[in-house]
Amino acid sequence: MSSLMVEMSAKALERGVPLSAQIDLTYRCNERCVHCYLDHDDHGEMTTGELKKLLGELASAGVLFLTLSGGEILIRQDFFEILEYARELTFCVKLKTNAILIREAEAERIRLLDVDSIQVSIYSHRPEVHDAITKVPGSLKRSLDAIRFLKAQGLKAIVADVLMRQNAEDYPKVRALAEELGAEFTLDPTITPKMDGDRSVLGLNAGEIALQNVFRDQALVGNVEEFCAPPSKADADDLEALPCSAGHTACYISPYGDVYPCVQFPLPSGNVRRTPFLEIWRHSEALKEVRSIRLGDLTTCSHCVHLSGCTRCPGLAFMEGNMRGPSVQDCEKSFARTGIASVNLLAKKSSNPALVQIQGLRPCATAA
Amino acid sequence: MSRRLYVARSRSVAARKLGDEMLIMSGRDSTLFTLDEVATILWEAADGWKPLEEIVEEKICKEFEVERGEALQDAVALVEGLAEHGILLLSSEPLSEPKLQGRIDR
Repeated sequence: MSSLMVEMSAKALERGVPLSAQIDLTYRCNERCVHCYLDHDDHGEMTTGELKKLLGELASAGVLFLTLSGGEILIRQDFFEILEYARELTFCVKLKTNAILIREAEAERIRLLDVDSIQVSIYSHRPEVHDAITKVPGSLKRSLDAIRFLKAQGLKAIVADVLMRQNAEDYPKVRALAEELGAEFTLDPTITPKMDGDRSVLGLNAGEIALQNVFRDQALVGNVEEFCAPPSKADADDLEALPCSAGHTACYISPYGDVYPCVQFPLPSGNVRRTPFLEIWRHSEALKEVRSIRLGDLTTCSHCVHLSGCTRCPGLAFMEGNMRGPSVQDCEKSFARTGIASVNLLAKKSSNPALVQIQGLRPCATAA
Repeated sequence: MSRRLYVARSRSVAARKLGDEMLIMSGRDSTLFTLDEVATILWEAADGWKPLEEIVEEKICKEFEVERGEALQDAVALVEGLAEHGILLLSSEPLSEPKLQGRIDR
């Protein structure tokens, strides 16, 4: 992040301004990715008019960076009307899409509307792997063609990969492919539980060895020694630090108008169909609670050795049951990165129910 | 200044006011700029129709009690700098409001 951006984020925080927001225009999708956390049925999406009203409210609230995501955004027939309106309101617009509906004409239209960047999901360089993840035959080719159309328009494209069991070996080739296409590359090592709380999808996690490999890949992390260094002791400033920007300078709005601190933090904070956005942003008790939390307030993490350097996501912690608690996925990442177990992992290990099961296999002397 | 200068905000940028400052993201290369209070006033008044010297006289000189010649000189330097980054459009003729090129025909 540039120093100017850091300065502006601090100013936004001080003034209580939501500098960035993500709207999921729809949860409907033309792919069925195995790791997706969404319910793809339409339960009553916001209309074009409702979305335009919301965009006006977000602009008035001070949002500059607007991410339009889904579901698949181009499934909405009014997508370009919404995008055009967002640009009229001078948002810096970023798009997240699988891009399989983007051909030359759509790419040109996106360029003419001065979209900042388009993030496209690519899970493998191998069609048999990518298409098996999306469950759409031919989807890799369509997505890669779209990236070429976007690049031909001079647009900034970002290839977004998600690390999972099925593709853990492929990311270096995906990164090379991105480079060949003139696109940036980003790799997310986190599988997110479904928004309804179903955690079965976490079984797709790539595992400890894959994480260790990723965290020791210089091309991804830069200075490996520095990145994987043992954690330094938290000081007083660390204890007073905010967990992340969710609910402070960033927020998320679902296709149904629900406001959450972040797409990965489904804490109901209000609905823009009933309440103006700014009223929710300023007065929601849920958001006030999120804003009250400092690292020093965290139940387990505040005395963990990883506190100052952990990537702990408050949303993942919330989905585990406690927004002040640890997120085991981030504990696993800290362990894979440094080889040092977090307080949470140590506690889990000491109460491992597997040991109880082994004891249970002993012959029972008191059995009848 | 020997000729009238008209200024218009470029539609390719992203912009939002944060306090007294204006945050502007260049559509050309995603560079982030901030405009201070005075530059923000100029930016907001840059409608393409009102000459810069009138904007300076009405919005800057009266508000900040600065001498007209000096204020105009500073304003010209500022708008030329912003024009180099594609943030403002300059012309010796009035500029009609540029339309978004990707507008949907309705």
